[in-house]
Amino acid sequence: MNATFTDPKIWLVIALLGLGTFLIRFSFLGLIGDRPLPPWVLRVLRFTPVAVIPGLVAPLVLWPAATDGQPDPARLTAAAITFAVGFWTKNVLAGIVSGAATLYLMLWLMG
Amino acid sequence: MTEINRPLYGQGVRDGLPYVLVILPFAILFGVVATEAGLDIAQTMGMTILVIAGASQFAAVAQMSDQAPVIMVLATSLAVNLRMAMYSASLAPHLGGEPLWRRALAAYFLVDQSAVMSIEKFEVEPQHSGVEKLKYILGVMTPVAPLWYGGTLIGALVGSSIPESFALDFAMPITFIAMIAPMIKSLAHLAAAATSVVLALILAGMPYGTGLLVAGLAAMIAGALVETALERRAAGGSQA
Repeated sequence: MNATFTDPKIWLVIALLGLGTFLIRFSFLGLIGDRPLPPWVLRVLRFTPVAVIPGLVAPLVLWPAATDGQPDPARLTAAAITFAVGFWTKNVLAGIVSGAATLYLMLWLMG
Repeated sequence: MTEINRPLYGQGVRDGLPYVLVILPFAILFGVVATEAGLDIAQTMGMTILVIAGASQFAAVAQMSDQAPVIMVLATSLAVNLRMAMYSASLAPHLGGEPLWRRALAAYFLVDQSAVMSIEKFEVEPQHSGVEKLKYILGVMTPVAPLWYGGTLIGALVGSSIPESFALDFAMPITFIAMIAPMIKSLAHLAAAATSVVLALILAGMPYGTGLLVAGLAAMIAGALVETALERRAAGGSQA
């Protein structure tokens, strides 16, 4: 790595990151157990996937690190096609395949 | 060993299979990036197996390359993973009655793909037992986890000989979009997703990716509010 990150230090980061990530994942599963949650909490929690993943992906689509944060027509088109196909077919595989095909077609067309 | 309930485990495997196409390139990319940053193969594999959370692994490697202090590396990378606490909360009602070791096993394998697929699955089919639900999660991870480990190893071994024009970076966005698009089934889901996108972009400047947490929480509430409003309207309409 470099002078700052010696081997023991890298392993320290790996171990603590692994432990911390596990504790985050274990948090509610471990602490709440089977205690019943209020209905409104359950209602809010059911939206977790559609509330978290779009926000995680949006900056990666709009400002890809691979193009130094500049919006890239190939990636934008691939994202749009993936969403459209996934939405209409309700099929994850169809979305992935058409998105990847669009990405490579666009990258090839744009040279 | 209790009896294997094939249906739910098998359904998990089947639901996890589409991700094979994208996990592999994403894992290879991590192997390449980590070794290029100076991690040796043991360190790269150690991180991939212990952390098993791609986005935070990329964040950690990038921060170490920038010579950030250890505490900052951890703060940033762990913040990227805080969304998993929301997954954990979502699955607690389904798995909470299981023994600690089973909950711990589920926690280790709680990645975006397994969490999203199982939250969706258990919402539609809440009647399954906790063990069966755990088997579904393990089923989704059966094709995903080995390819994540294996892909990282391939990337670490072949290193920088993979051209950038392969655009491996976009495997993750395509996966996530393909995963979520079929779940937009109502105006409430659409409201949650739109809130999430708009707020995440506006708040992208917040430190350590905490903007995503704010965006995610606001989007969950937006979805629940729209759903409640729609239900009230439907109830009111049927009475009229």
